[in-house]
Amino acid sequence: MTVAFLFLAAFLASAVEMVEALTIVLAVGITRGWRSTLIGVGAAALTLAVIVAALGPALTLVPIDALRLVVGGLLLAFGLQWLRKAILRAAGYVPLHDEAGIYERERADAEQAGHVHRAGLDWYSFTLSFKGVLLEGLEVAFIVITFAADRGGSVAISASAAAAALLVVAVTGVLVRGPLSRVPENLLKFCVGLLLITFGTFWGAEGAGVSWPGEDAALPVILGVYGVVSFGLVQLLRRERLVPAKT
Amino acid sequence: MSRLAAFGRFWWDFVVGDDWVVAFGLVVALALTGLVAHDDVDAWWLLPLAVVGLLVFSLRRATTDRRAPR
Repeated sequence: MTVAFLFLAAFLASAVEMVEALTIVLAVGITRGWRSTLIGVGAAALTLAVIVAALGPALTLVPIDALRLVVGGLLLAFGLQWLRKAILRAAGYVPLHDEAGIYERERADAEQAGHVHRAGLDWYSFTLSFKGVLLEGLEVAFIVITFAADRGGSVAISASAAAAALLVVAVTGVLVRGPLSRVPENLLKFCVGLLLITFGTFWGAEGAGVSWPGEDAALPVILGVYGVVSFGLVQLLRRERLVPAKT
Repeated sequence: MSRLAAFGRFWWDFVVGDDWVVAFGLVVALALTGLVAHDDVDAWWLLPLAVVGLLVFSLRRATTDRRAPR
């Protein structure tokens, strides 16, 4: 069950970030050509793979309790950021992520940018696609690496999930040839946030010396409690937003 | 120096995000959980409670200024 949750968390987190990276890559590639853009994508993917391959196995050398404490804290920090934004968007306090709008802005910028060639590449296309994929993928790389805290070959499992998500998003992007604006991004971010704080709580507490009642069986219970609380908060904030504040 | 500052800012934004109080609260909650657990007291409930509290607190901070004035 833990493996299934780990796979799901890594897959969804990767899919969401890759949808955002795809928007940038498509806008640059369609506007300025594919060669330099795809070389930028490949260089970023390689960098991310090196980070995971170097840090993943190294973390298995750290004492397990210390690793779980630090990893738990990081997953809680990441997860609460994802969940907080998703709740604010679902409640209407922050606009939803608009992939179509971002795509149009990126295309307009790409059309207006000058042509500078370095190392035989259109430097604008290369750097923009490289930075887009690297920055969107960095958090996923850290999430994949932190699953080393499970010590059950979970880095390989979560890396496979991330690769599967990359493949699904890339193939869909090629077929659609446009930003994946119909993907329910906020719902996915809400789910990823819940999964990250669930693992963060479980490992963080274990690293601090806690024994969970039922051991691994506590995971779905924690997830359920956080899910109910978060859903309740969305409903509460939606109602509050419609009621004018006292001045 | 500005590159160093930009590097530091990137990692601060990456780990801490929009609300530093949440990150600080998490450190305190984990430390408190460790202290209670090492006194042989069942402390499994403490961290989930702190996480829910921090989430509510952070959302409250984010939404207070954004509601429409009467």
